[in-house]
Amino acid sequence: MSVMDNYILQVHGLQVTFTDIERNEIHVVDGVSFSIKQGETLALVGESGCGKSVTSLALLRLLDGNGRIRGGNVLWQGRDILSLPLREVRSLRGREIAMVFQEPSSALNPVYTIGDQITESMLRHQKVSPAQAKKQAEEMLRLVGIPEPRKRLEEYPHALSGGMKQRAMIAMALSCRPRLLIADEPTTSLDVTIQAQILELIKELQKRFHMAILLITHDLGIVANMADRILIMYAGKVVEEGNKQDIFRRAAHPYTRGLLNSIPRMDQAKGTFASIPGTVPDPAHFPEGCRFHNRCGEFTETCLSEPGKIHLENEHFVLCHYPLGQKTLGCRAK
Amino acid sequence: MRMSKHSILEATKLKKYFPIQTGLFRRTVGWVRAVDGVSLKIYQEETFGVVGESGCGKSTLGMTLLRLHEPSGGSIVFQGKDITRVGFSHLKKLRREFQMIFQDPFSSLNPRMRAGSIVEEGLRVHKISSARQRTKITRELLERVGLPPGSYRRFPHEFSGGQRQRVGIARALATHPLLIVADEAVSALDVSVRAQMLNLMLDLKKDFHLTYIFVSHDLSVVKSICNRIMVMYLGKGVEMTNTTKLFTKPLHPYTVALISAVPVPDPDYLMNRVILDGDVPSPVNPPPACRFHTRCPVKQDICEQEEPLLEEKEPGHFVACHYPGSLDLLEGGIRQ
Repeated sequence: MSVMDNYILQVHGLQVTFTDIERNEIHVVDGVSFSIKQGETLALVGESGCGKSVTSLALLRLLDGNGRIRGGNVLWQGRDILSLPLREVRSLRGREIAMVFQEPSSALNPVYTIGDQITESMLRHQKVSPAQAKKQAEEMLRLVGIPEPRKRLEEYPHALSGGMKQRAMIAMALSCRPRLLIADEPTTSLDVTIQAQILELIKELQKRFHMAILLITHDLGIVANMADRILIMYAGKVVEEGNKQDIFRRAAHPYTRGLLNSIPRMDQAKGTFASIPGTVPDPAHFPEGCRFHNRCGEFTETCLSEPGKIHLENEHFVLCHYPLGQKTLGCRAK
Repeated sequence: MRMSKHSILEATKLKKYFPIQTGLFRRTVGWVRAVDGVSLKIYQEETFGVVGESGCGKSTLGMTLLRLHEPSGGSIVFQGKDITRVGFSHLKKLRREFQMIFQDPFSSLNPRMRAGSIVEEGLRVHKISSARQRTKITRELLERVGLPPGSYRRFPHEFSGGQRQRVGIARALATHPLLIVADEAVSALDVSVRAQMLNLMLDLKKDFHLTYIFVSHDLSVVKSICNRIMVMYLGKGVEMTNTTKLFTKPLHPYTVALISAVPVPDPDYLMNRVILDGDVPSPVNPPPACRFHTRCPVKQDICEQEEPLLEEKEPGHFVACHYPGSLDLLEGGIRQ
């Protein structure tokens, strides 16, 4: 990998809290740092409740009233999004950083036509006439593979299937040629054959527009297929960071390894699964010290104190007192 | 693997149509053909998988087999007895023998009942043993499925998703059934918890000599626990064979596309991806003849004219296709 690190987004020590019914502060995201290079795909991986979606929403200050950003900064081309006036953040949203959400049926507004929703951000951010915007929107729909794009512009979301809605969402997100696309579980609600279509489409458009992607997912199969670099999140913290080979072949955090071992794989034979004991912790009660200690096979007393970030090699970092040995993993028997 | 070739459940040309009703008088204007002539045989102590995409009728099939839906046609034979038309009182007795585990551990447990009563209810309904004995059995079961002591008196909301699914499993086991239909039983769970649940289900299968029908959209899960698998598309079984064969030498083009669409969690794994065009057509107006012909990459003229039947092309390998094996999975499916 080149040393010319061309970061377009840098996140330092992001802290997000939510307030529960008894006015306790719950630290859902606790000191998350990462950066995204121009044109790369960074995958943010974790199980439910680890804070991955909240992290992505915080980047564009899209958290609802209950969520508060308590610290850290998000640098977009040298400017801190977290301290910009809201007006300027709005001018970033959709134009430079766009988002695709998990559930296309609830992310699209049912009372506006597809055309209205795609042209909305163009009219807002670009100096185009409504007629021009409509033409561009038609072009975008064609690009994402929707048949009869002119007809579709006049239709309402309910007339489209799940896969088509997600294509329309992607068309909408890319209508202003953003430099970063945040895709939050973009295919989770779709069937596998449709998922394959959408993932191919995203890859193809990424090449065409040279954009970076922050891909949020829980599916390691998709990660292996799409990502350049990977962040593993657990209980509000990034526990491991590395490129594809680092994570899939040399995972150093016991959680990452547990996760990799517990997925039933298409390319492996039948048998019992190695599983991680216990359950994903509730954000209101994250364990003290290393947050994985109560489920970890390598637990010692040291783990009751907070581990520091260890640099293993190149871009491979781990948050663990006892990172696992660097022997190569996962070589399948032929 | 030891597997007695004794069939426990047999369905012949099973059909389930749902009426589409509109207007003031609920006039029937059409039918959703959720399950449209499925024949299968399930052997004792096997794990039989039913896979397919949403809307293919896999869940309806699971429920119709247990007569939770009334079949619209065809027959179901359970342990040599035709149960397609048996009356309610008889069916109630039979229900001891077959149970179900549902997908959503949140909505499938009554929030106002304690875990103990949820599990015990089946025993109570079927008047099995004395009240004290039932409590004892229930406590043992809750422990057996790995719930902490004291779970007996807890309410569903006090459990995590995985624990709730364990309550659902204990409930299914209470009456010592022969057959359990697990409908997307692990789909709602996190990856690390899912593995625990699959292990538990495999252990219980051995201990209780269970037969599972495992309905799922997740091919990797089905592959890892099933002996035989049926692939469904738009209400029809398109391929049925044992797991190894299905994944190494699938004959139906849909199966090939389905398998190749599943992302493998290995960055060096190269696969010949067959990406299908378009969406699954509606089961209200399924395409004529071969239902897959609108999306099939190897379609010929005959596929639009004549319906292929599910036939045994190789011993134990059933496929419904005019040109089985014309799409190859393995071409690019080998690792670097």
